[in-house]
Amino acid sequence: MASADNIAGIGMSAPDHAAQPQDPAPGPAPGQVPGDLPGRAQQDDLLALLMRIGDDHLILGHRLSEWCGHAPMLEEDLALPNMALDLLGTARMCYGYAAEIEGGGKTEDDYAFLRDGTAFRHILMVEQPNGDFAYTILRQFFFAAFMHPFWQEMTGLADPRLAAHAQKAVKELAYHIRHSGEWVIRLGDGTPESTRRMGEALDALSPYVGELFETDSISIALTTAGVLPDMEVVQRQFDATVAQTFRAATLPDYAPEFAHSGGRRGRHTEHLGHLLAELQFMQRAYPGQSW
Amino acid sequence: MSDANSELIPLWEVFIRPRTGLAHSHVGSVHAADEVMALQAARDVYTRRGEGVSIWVVPSASITASDPAQRDENFEPAASKIYRHPSFYDIPDDVGHM
Repeated sequence: MASADNIAGIGMSAPDHAAQPQDPAPGPAPGQVPGDLPGRAQQDDLLALLMRIGDDHLILGHRLSEWCGHAPMLEEDLALPNMALDLLGTARMCYGYAAEIEGGGKTEDDYAFLRDGTAFRHILMVEQPNGDFAYTILRQFFFAAFMHPFWQEMTGLADPRLAAHAQKAVKELAYHIRHSGEWVIRLGDGTPESTRRMGEALDALSPYVGELFETDSISIALTTAGVLPDMEVVQRQFDATVAQTFRAATLPDYAPEFAHSGGRRGRHTEHLGHLLAELQFMQRAYPGQSW
Repeated sequence: MSDANSELIPLWEVFIRPRTGLAHSHVGSVHAADEVMALQAARDVYTRRGEGVSIWVVPSASITASDPAQRDENFEPAASKIYRHPSFYDIPDDVGHM
C-alpha cells in the first residue's frame, strides 16, 4: 500500500509484504501499552478501542467511496472520496497499531479483509446504506462533529501513537465539519425539496447518533487510564456544533429520544454483510493477492 | 448538469497560488451554489496533490472576455512589431542573469 491516495490499491498488499512504512510517531513496543495500568487487561482494552475507531472509519470510508462516480456533481464526486481517504488513513493507523500490539505477523489487511461481520465493532450509523445525498451529508456531519472534539481531546492524552495521529486527524475533521456543515445549511434552508429531504434524513439518522457517546466497562477503563477522551466532554462540543449548524439550517432542535445500540458488541444490521461482501471480495476470493 | 441546476449552481473560475510569492494562476472552473461552496469545491477538485497555498474563486459571469471574432484585429497587429520585445539590448556582464 504505497499510496494512500489510490482507492484501487488499498489493501491489496500480500500478508508477506509486512515491511510497510510506519507512522513516524513513537509507539510502544509490541506487547507494551502506555498508561498507568500496564498489563493484559489494558492491552485488551486498547485493542478493543483500536477496532472501534478503526472500524468506524473503515466502514464509513467505504460507504463514502460508494459515491465515487455517482455523486450529483463532479465537485462532490471528488469531495466525498477525499473525505473517504482521510477516514481510511485513520483506519489504517488503527489496524497497523493493533497488528503491532498483537504481533504474530498480523497486518492491517487481516483486520480489514479477513474478519467476519460479528467481529466488527463500529457503530450502526456508519454501515447504513447511503440513501440520498442529504442522508449521506448529514451522517458525515454528525460523524465529523463527534470525531473532531474526540481527536482534539486525544492530542493531550496518554497514548503517544493516538495522540500523534490526533494532530493530523483534527485538521482533516475540521474540514469535514466545514464541508458537510455548509451543505447541511444549504439543504436545510434551501428549496422545498432539499428542506424535505434534509428533514427526512434527520428523522432517519437521529436514532443512530446516541451510540457515538455510548460507554461501557472498556471505554470507562480507558478514560480512567487517560487513553480515551471523556465522552461527556466530547458530547458537549458535539451538541454545540450541531446546534449552531442546525440553527443556520433552520432545522428543528436536535433532541433524539431513542438510540440504537449493539455495534460495539458486534451486533450489526443486515446491511453490514452486503457491505463486507464487496469490501472483502478480492482477499476472500484470491487470498494474499497483491498488485 | 441540467439547465435548471446551472441556474441554482452557477460556474466559478478558480485561481490558485502554488507558492508564497507567486501569482494566482487560472486552473479551471467549478460549479457551486455560492462563494463558500465554490472555495470548498475548488479545494477538493484542484488541490488534491498539494498544488496550492491560496485559492481565489470568481463568478464566471463576472469576467468580461474578449470576443473570439475580434481576435485578428486585437492581436494580429502586435505580431509584426518585434521591436517591442526588449531583445535588442546588450546586457552588461555586471548585471548578471536577467
